Amino acid sequence: MKFDTPATTNPIDQLKVVGQPVDRIDGRLKTTGQAPYAYEHNDAVRDHAYGYVVGAAIAKGRITGMDLRAARAAPGVLAVVTAENAGALGKGRMNTARLLAGPEVDHYHQAVAVVVAETFEQARDAAQMVQVSYAGAEGAFDLAAARDLAEKVDQSASATGDFEGAFATAPVQLDATYTTPDQSHAMMEPHASIAAWDGDRLVVWTSNQMIEWGAGDLARTLNMPREKVRLISPFIGGGFGGKLFLRTDAVMAALGSRAARRPVKVALQRPLMINNTTHRPATIQRIRIGTGRDGRIVAIGHESWSGDQPGGGPETAVDQTRLLYTGANRLTQLRLAVLDLPEGNAMRAPGEAPGLMALEIAMDEMAEKLGMDPVEFRVINDTQVDPNDTSRPFSRRQLVECLRTGAEQFGWSRRSARPGQAREGSWLLGMGVAAAFRNNLVMTSGARVRLDGRGEVTVETDMTDIGTGSYTIIAQTAAEMMGVTIDKVTVRLGDSSFPASAGSGGQWGANSSTAGVYAACVKLRNAVARKLGFNSADAVFEDGQVRAGNRSVTLAEAAGGEGMVAEDAIEFGELSKRFQQSTFGAHFVEVGVDAATGEVRIRRMLAVCAAGRILNPKTARSQVIGAMTMGVGGALMEELAVDTRRGFFVNHDLAAYEVPVHADIPHQEVIFLDEVDPMSSPMKAKGVGELGLCGVAAAIANAIYNATGVRVRDYPITLDKHLDRLPELA
Amino acid sequence: MKLFFTVNGERRDLELDTRTTLLDALREHLHLTGSKKGCDHGQCGACTVMVGGRRINACLTLAVMHQGDEITTIEGLGSPDKLHPMQAAFVKHDGYQCGYCTPGQICSSVAVLEEIKAGIPSHVTADLNARPGLTADEIRERMSGNICRCGAYSNIVDAITEVAEQQA
Ligand code: FES
Ligand code: FES
Repeated sequence: MKFDTPATTNPIDQLKVVGQPVDRIDGRLKTTGQAPYAYEHNDAVRDHAYGYVVGAAIAKGRITGMDLRAARAAPGVLAVVTAENAGALGKGRMNTARLLAGPEVDHYHQAVAVVVAETFEQARDAAQMVQVSYAGAEGAFDLAAARDLAEKVDQSASATGDFEGAFATAPVQLDATYTTPDQSHAMMEPHASIAAWDGDRLVVWTSNQMIEWGAGDLARTLNMPREKVRLISPFIGGGFGGKLFLRTDAVMAALGSRAARRPVKVALQRPLMINNTTHRPATIQRIRIGTGRDGRIVAIGHESWSGDQPGGGPETAVDQTRLLYTGANRLTQLRLAVLDLPEGNAMRAPGEAPGLMALEIAMDEMAEKLGMDPVEFRVINDTQVDPNDTSRPFSRRQLVECLRTGAEQFGWSRRSARPGQAREGSWLLGMGVAAAFRNNLVMTSGARVRLDGRGEVTVETDMTDIGTGSYTIIAQTAAEMMGVTIDKVTVRLGDSSFPASAGSGGQWGANSSTAGVYAACVKLRNAVARKLGFNSADAVFEDGQVRAGNRSVTLAEAAGGEGMVAEDAIEFGELSKRFQQSTFGAHFVEVGVDAATGEVRIRRMLAVCAAGRILNPKTARSQVIGAMTMGVGGALMEELAVDTRRGFFVNHDLAAYEVPVHADIPHQEVIFLDEVDPMSSPMKAKGVGELGLCGVAAAIANAIYNATGVRVRDYPITLDKHLDRLPELA
Repeated sequence: MKLFFTVNGERRDLELDTRTTLLDALREHLHLTGSKKGCDHGQCGACTVMVGGRRINACLTLAVMHQGDEITTIEGLGSPDKLHPMQAAFVKHDGYQCGYCTPGQICSSVAVLEEIKAGIPSHVTADLNARPGLTADEIRERMSGNICRCGAYSNIVDAITEVAEQQA
């Protein structure tokens, strides 16, 4: 089905099942420990061996020798695979660095070997016996030092009007630089795979957000035909972008299995994950905003520097600045330095998450210079059209409504405009706001829908559920379309033998994958109507029956003993070019800062989101509170510490890379504004999973400033960064 | 070496490498994969199980240290057809997303309510001589060894609070 004209009324609009806060259909499995994750397919795979990955001990250079004798002779060892004996390997299209080092080493903890043994304990023990000698090479590991060598990148570059001239003459100006650190996805389930060969065919149970990309890149890496690879990933213990791509667990399991002639399972050990896999790259961002005395933006410029492996890409931190606020004179520019740290890549809301961490502090600073309320300053600089091309409207844009609703609900009027005024005992109190913005991306997505002789519906698609609720919203979609209750729908996901879907990334999954299921259901409805001799436009699917005029047949009868099946995909046309499709929100935060220690505690959080139709308010709300939680991490604690001499992230486990825990998070409120967006898809939905993160850290930073009067522009805002400047204790 | 312990009421006889953790004994040898391995280093709480009624990180203890012990895992609390009240509350309040930390959160939650009932104080208990209250602060503090990167904390506290109120 091609989607190239705005959606009109369709069966989804009945909202009998879609739009309802139904419990997750996989909830009982997850809460009882019965949902099988990648490392746990013990029913499918028997007689497997265990692989243990050895990571490079240098950041850059060459392997000059490997002594594998002791490891090979160790009890239980079946095989040791290195670049020497792995055979020729290709590289996945989505990978920047190779997934097996040798002889060159591209980054620290890049895999250099996998040791396969009968038991996990034997594999781990023998892995310690692998002796590797290296010739280290000089590398670049420090973004600040490499900044001047960074090259301009065309991606995201834009210029409208005369930015430099307009900024120079603007009556009120801000020119400030912000930094965001390298961050890690730190999902709870490690990257894990079980590989099993059957002749020249390979099946891999894995944990991957994008099945089609993963299967394609695994085939490319192993130099084998794509159709001989099958990926299965029904449950994924979190991804956040860290499982968008093929990673070394799948490759090492496949190579180890080939060498050992046994199925092999590999989980990346936690201390290896952070340097072995991808991370969100650090940025240095310069923001210049010029306004008139009335607070209207006349010039807005955003430049960002980041680094990556040779051949890698930039963190697109300036993207939102092209679209979020008005202003006739605009400039955005990215610069990319070559760094030899581990591969930088997408982490939840790539671009906007770090971009808004900076931009939304800048907006707060600007409001203060103008003596304006930060909500009002944003409101007067709203735009309903793409500011770079004013003939292009936004499909739906309710940023102002988000800000106003949030201000009202949060009690924003109680905020003191002057910082450092509100106190409660030894706590300095402050409130902060930030806008949330994330583009709505759409992706082709396919599905197969079956109707059986019991009137039950089965949906198959290679879409994944990374905690987002895909199982549930897909079941809701099929139930609504076919006129059955949700318990009559079975959803099967995450198998590359199913139709290729949008996958889970870029917050496109919910809207695109359900639209694909919608398309397949339309086809199935038409087939049912045709079979019954009904005019498909008149056929009503309701209560397990299909009706036309005064004829009515149960779906079970219609399907007959053989059942019926339909497959289709949604493909998106030009609507996303003619209309700017984005999602909007506003975050409000109240913090307390201990006047003596500088410790920051979050007291209240509210997000207001306008993101099209909310397919399931319960799971959507969970995505938003989860994102708000990750935003607290970004604001207050998350930072990969770079060893700039040896070139690696030092705090590479869950003890040292701090993420929020229960005690850090208060009760969180989320409001979804009523919205449907007929330009986005027949579902009229958009995404929320990344929107919820965008702007959170800045709202916290602004609240801290409001509490203390000390502006911190370097994330995370740890107490050492403001302790010496806090107001005197009364 | 040979050993036995009781898991979810059933005696299990095993022959294990002395280096095998309790977590791997459960997951890899008994195929009770409800207990999760998030870090294998006592940093995340995904492997939380109960031994003799007290919660522990199963990755931080060797199986051979548990000869004769009574172990309860998530599979022992309830099943999809017969949820434990805490499991049902997690479903109702959407106290999870990806579900990977969830068995650990639920085992911890059940144990936390017992700890509070038993009068065991925590870091946030103001008066060590008084009984700790069933407050959100007490729950958050005691649950802080169970990381949820999906960030379901606010919902998890709602779920635990509801069960605590039902029990009270
Ligand atoms: S797996 Fe035991 S604490 Fe993380
Ligand atoms: S539900 Fe995913 S880590 Fe908690």
